[in-house]
Amino acid sequence: MKHVWFLAWQAIRFNRLQSAILIIGLAVPLYLPLAVNGLVTRYQVGLLQRAVSTPLVAGGLGSRFDLVLHALYFRGNVPRLLRMADVEAIRATGYAAPIPLYVRYTARHAPVVGTTLDYFTFRGLQLARGEQLLELGDCVLGADTAASLKLAPGDRLMTDPENVFDIAGSYPVRLCVMGVLEPSGTPDDRAVFVDIKTAWLIEGLAHGHSDITTTNTDGSVVLNRSATNVTANAALVEFTEVTPQNLSSFHFHGDPDQFPLSAVIPVPKDEKSATLLRGRYQGPEATVQILAAHSVVEELLGLVFRIKRFFDANAALVGVATGLFLLLVVLLSLRLRRPEMETLFRLGCARGLIAKLVAAELLAIGAVSLALALLGAQATIALVSLW
Amino acid sequence: MIAIEHLSFHYARSDFTLRVPALTVADGEKVALVGPSGSGKTTLLHLIAGILLPDAGNITVGGTRPAQLSDAGRRAFRIATLGLVFQDFQLLEALDVLENILLPYRINPALNLTGEVRERARQLARETGLDHRLNHRPGRLSQGEKQRTALCRALITRPRCLLADEPTGNLDPPAKSRVLEVLFEQCARARASLLLVTHDLGLLSLFDRAINLGELSP
Repeated sequence: MKHVWFLAWQAIRFNRLQSAILIIGLAVPLYLPLAVNGLVTRYQVGLLQRAVSTPLVAGGLGSRFDLVLHALYFRGNVPRLLRMADVEAIRATGYAAPIPLYVRYTARHAPVVGTTLDYFTFRGLQLARGEQLLELGDCVLGADTAASLKLAPGDRLMTDPENVFDIAGSYPVRLCVMGVLEPSGTPDDRAVFVDIKTAWLIEGLAHGHSDITTTNTDGSVVLNRSATNVTANAALVEFTEVTPQNLSSFHFHGDPDQFPLSAVIPVPKDEKSATLLRGRYQGPEATVQILAAHSVVEELLGLVFRIKRFFDANAALVGVATGLFLLLVVLLSLRLRRPEMETLFRLGCARGLIAKLVAAELLAIGAVSLALALLGAQATIALVSLW
Repeated sequence: MIAIEHLSFHYARSDFTLRVPALTVADGEKVALVGPSGSGKTTLLHLIAGILLPDAGNITVGGTRPAQLSDAGRRAFRIATLGLVFQDFQLLEALDVLENILLPYRINPALNLTGEVRERARQLARETGLDHRLNHRPGRLSQGEKQRTALCRALITRPRCLLADEPTGNLDPPAKSRVLEVLFEQCARARASLLLVTHDLGLLSLFDRAINLGELSP
């Protein structure tokens, strides 16, 4: 067989342009379904892994897909916010330990995830460098975010303004990078984690400014002063960064129970507790929905796979058409090479060996095409994963 | 030795019938086969080579009757016993000169391509003035060089009989002389019989004898 492969290789080398066209013509229709299948499988595995590791997700009433995508992957907004009181209500049931999430703002386009230290324990996130969140204004970066923004512990990171044209909107806050997490291969790698209070600070529910309660305050910033209340005008400069010097000046306004949350991850004690907790929130009067993340993601994947089936059918049709074209090309090529085959036969070559020669050429071209398609699909999956 | 007795052959859907009552080519003998176009010269070579099978009569080559062999047997016989040279060279464009010479060893599992065979191919190339062309493909060769390559390919298996179908038909006079000189030299060295089809009557004096096929048929 080595002589057959040798002669096939010589023919492929000699007809390198035709061979290259054939290889590309075959590799492209092979690459497309391989890449799509690879990407879908990767997404499926990634989505399911995250969903399986998050038994329950709680949020305001509305689209269950939006809520789960938001709580698990920090994508999009939820239709309705929860209040901090809802977290306490879940905790009060005794069935689960709730982990609050407030994901609304971004810092250089990375989602800022306001949560508690319990989240890191729950996800098993470890610090690669630096320290955990200690004070208001601290942040810990996911591995990808730290790498893409080239930030390390000790650096500062400004949150993105919600709307640059809204002067009454929330102001950017300069966060202090305390630590960088180990890569986890999850959406956590692309997030900026802050304490839930820091998230509310970004929201504008807390602020810090110079003390205007004392009598030696610049009078031009005071609108009204009484025994119990001081009203300042807009000239009063608010701090945009929490520092050891101004930390004590930061304070919250309003009822903490009413502070917003976008989602809650209730970590149930056991499966029974999870069922009981879900039962509590299934009545018609419930204002909070508690979802089994795995079921929602599977439902979502069901929709994706319905679309994928269409692509599969499309790929099959393209494959058949390509196969027919290739058959035509091969038949025409054989006709062109008939004198060559005749020479081989006259010299004593068996017809079967001639057929093997042609088959070896096609097999080699097919194998190279398949290898190229596989490499291309792997590269695409790797690139898309990076992106 | 080639011996033919009462040979008869006709192509399907053709009026032409080749008849050869008797023809013998002794070992080491150089015989020219002439005759008008359509007299069956190429057909006779194909019958001797076992590419075609006779309707009647016997062909014996070196004691073997190709017609009595199976397809595989005829192919093995063709490679082991005969060397074939064609007018249009019939070299494989994808292979260089050395690989074209070695081609019979690559297409017949019964033949073993050893280092000794490779050395013999290089030796043949040297003797036919092709040693500087061994790595060149046929597209870069002159007509004479192509025919010498085809000749080396026919001789590499050390055939007992060489069948050449107008090997000089496409060559200019200097190339023609060079190819014939090499052909005779190699046949003499291998003591191989040579049956060569030609239209060039000027070459007949170079052969031991000439057979006019037109005169053989009754």
